[in-house]
Amino acid sequence: MLEQIEGSHAVAKAIALSRPEVICAYPITPQTHIVERCAELIRVGAIRNCEFINVESEFAALSVAIGSSAAGARTYTATASQGLLFMAEAVYNAAGLGLPIVMTIGNRAIGAPINIWNDHSDSMALRDAGWIQLHAETNQEAADLHIQAFKLAERLSAPVMVCMDGFILTHAYERVEIPTQDQVDAFLPPYRPRQILDPSDPYSIGAMVGPEAFMEVRYLAHDKLLQALGVIPEIQKEFEDIFGRDSGGLFHSYRMEDAKTVVVTMGSLAGTVKDLVDDLHKDGARIGVISLCSYRPFPLDGLRYALRGASKVIVLEKSLAPGFGGVLASDVRMALQGVDTHVHTVIAGLGGRPITRKSLARMFARAERGELKDPHFLDLDLDIVRREIDNQRGQITAGPIAENILREIGPCTPKAV
Amino acid sequence: MSGKTSEQKIKFYQKGTFTVGNRLVDEARRSVQGSMERSNAITSGHRACQGCGEALGARYALDAAMRATGGQIIAVNATGCLEVFTTPYPETSWQVPWLHSLFGNAAAVASGVAAAMRVKGREQVRVVAQGGDGGTTDIGFGCLSGMFERNDDVLYICYDNEAYMNTGVQRSSATPPTARTATTPAAGPKPGNVFGTGKNLPLIAMAHNIPYVATASVAHLHDLERKVEKAMAIRGARYIHVFVPCPLGWGSASHDTIRLARLASECGLFPLFEAEHGEITGSIAIRRKVPVEDYLKPQKRFAHLFKDGDGIERIARLQRMADANIKRFDLQRDAKEAPL
Ligand SMILES: Cc1ncc(C[n+]2csc(CCOP(=O)(O)OP(=O)(O)O)c2C)c(N)n1
Ligand code: SF4
Ligand SMILES: [Mg+2]
Repeated sequence: MLEQIEGSHAVAKAIALSRPEVICAYPITPQTHIVERCAELIRVGAIRNCEFINVESEFAALSVAIGSSAAGARTYTATASQGLLFMAEAVYNAAGLGLPIVMTIGNRAIGAPINIWNDHSDSMALRDAGWIQLHAETNQEAADLHIQAFKLAERLSAPVMVCMDGFILTHAYERVEIPTQDQVDAFLPPYRPRQILDPSDPYSIGAMVGPEAFMEVRYLAHDKLLQALGVIPEIQKEFEDIFGRDSGGLFHSYRMEDAKTVVVTMGSLAGTVKDLVDDLHKDGARIGVISLCSYRPFPLDGLRYALRGASKVIVLEKSLAPGFGGVLASDVRMALQGVDTHVHTVIAGLGGRPITRKSLARMFARAERGELKDPHFLDLDLDIVRREIDNQRGQITAGPIAENILREIGPCTPKAV
Repeated sequence: MSGKTSEQKIKFYQKGTFTVGNRLVDEARRSVQGSMERSNAITSGHRACQGCGEALGARYALDAAMRATGGQIIAVNATGCLEVFTTPYPETSWQVPWLHSLFGNAAAVASGVAAAMRVKGREQVRVVAQGGDGGTTDIGFGCLSGMFERNDDVLYICYDNEAYMNTGVQRSSATPPTARTATTPAAGPKPGNVFGTGKNLPLIAMAHNIPYVATASVAHLHDLERKVEKAMAIRGARYIHVFVPCPLGWGSASHDTIRLARLASECGLFPLFEAEHGEITGSIAIRRKVPVEDYLKPQKRFAHLFKDGDGIERIARLQRMADANIKRFDLQRDAKEAPL
């Protein structure tokens, strides 16, 4: 049924339809509306036979999930930002144990300085934990990806993060087609664990592994994610057959037919970029868009093939590796190894800084003229930055950077909350 | 054994150990460890040091839990000696389903297992979580307190050897004052661990008002078994804190593990008690009080206390701690009341 619904609530409905058995979570903005709604759906009986566990930290949330998943229950949790980092040890552990937990990340910046708005620093920080990481472009896709995620996780016995942009998606009201229970039941079979804690067939899970076998175990973790490169499109197809909608997959291509310049991006930003690209096409620009859905595993071959006709690639990303540059950009460069295509790194939208069409258009134009420095920081206020660099150079007791900048900017109210 | 009945009472203790001989208790209360039919949660061949109190305590506790549930248990383990010595890849000592996740999350993982059993309608399968003192009183404390507070149906057993043994004997918040560890070296003007620090987890557990809390010791194996069985008959969060000497970390002889555990309780430093819903319901009275020196002296971790008379004042302070326990838990009441 088509509903005008908040992204978080659409996701909660998708979770409910997936028949979870244990949900545990710890609150953090912007994930809260998802888990609050899940708790409510359990209380009113809309999710049957499911335990909601209020825990004392994100570390406990994922740890409870590890226990319930290992004991054979379909398990869901959600977090963001500081919460994801707080559970980091368990994030790696869940993957190492091969537990098919599904976790929503309401993508949000990481402090200090503390900031509740959207960027991709959180999931990027855990990109090598062995989880599959899927990014939703719209709320429809966010809802759909959760249903797919359980199937994917359980088929591979690997955990899946479904990343959706904090506020931009989690708190946005959009029209979302909510599937029926029959559809979801036809798509998603009950969970049959590969390994289970059961007194009638006792296993030891989580034993210590020394140098004699650790390489092999880790290789198999890598291999599992490589297998996901094949399974993700399979599941995308199975989903389309039942729901009649193209959702998920490795990445989405837009106006790529004769594109010379290609923007590669991830998450909700793709929508803005596509709108702009439509406009630019009216002026004869040959510019296409690839928005990645699967960031881990990273579709190196698929991307390389998709970008074969491009002479210029602009990676537009909401993450920064300090002292290095772009995170996504470096992965895209890996895909283009040995190919003579110019790759620009554009870092944008950190901590929720609005990414406007105007700024994007200006940046594209500069890229066309070959004027873009690498990495380029979209809408960075260079004056303030330079003044503070001088200030810090000039005196040892220059004080905290964040507070100095705030003083410089003066009183202001956040534009979008 | 030919003497009068009045002499028999004295012979209840095995010579020199204060241990109750298995042969001397009535049949029903004898340990079943020698029996071929014993439940055998942790089978032989593991890699614990000789005389490891933790191996002994865990085996008795888990066997008792198995007996109490007809083998319907799932064990969760924190990182630590017990985890490492029972599962040297690709072998395992565990005859029960067993999951090790991390150092600090055993209680939460166990909560998850219990939740899964509830939704699956398999509530006859019970969950036992276990950790060392470090995994329990320090890094796992948040998860443990959360499990208590939610009153999840988990029995958590802490094997307290008073330091981080698996990483080479560092101080934990269960390390007693003056004890030498690798991070509280026996050097300087105040050698060993300092006074006035540390936490008493059984009392903290009681403050959560959970249905059952007990301390136990490998010197009182029948009592340990009884407490585990009692705990398994109760639903909700339960906590048993077992005193388990570690020959390697304490610098004690392997054959002294039981003796030291007994002396720890007989001097008052490790009181044995149980509590229900935050109220103390019982304790084991001291049979024959010994001075703390008797307990401290056989352990190298306290050797600096006995050098050149330097430690007299500090030993006296430990004695005052022991005496305070005795008073608080009323441990010197008539010994005849004491259960075995
Ligand atoms: C997060 C984390 N920090 C530190 C360690 C290292 N570590 C592993 S076992 C251990 C000591 C365990 O001590 P305790 O819980 O008292 O158990 P014991 O070995 O004494 O039985 C430590 C510090 C770890 N594995 N994980
Ligand atoms: S170091 Fe101590 S706790 Fe660890 S196995 Fe040896 S005796 Fe047991
Ligand atoms: Mg210890």
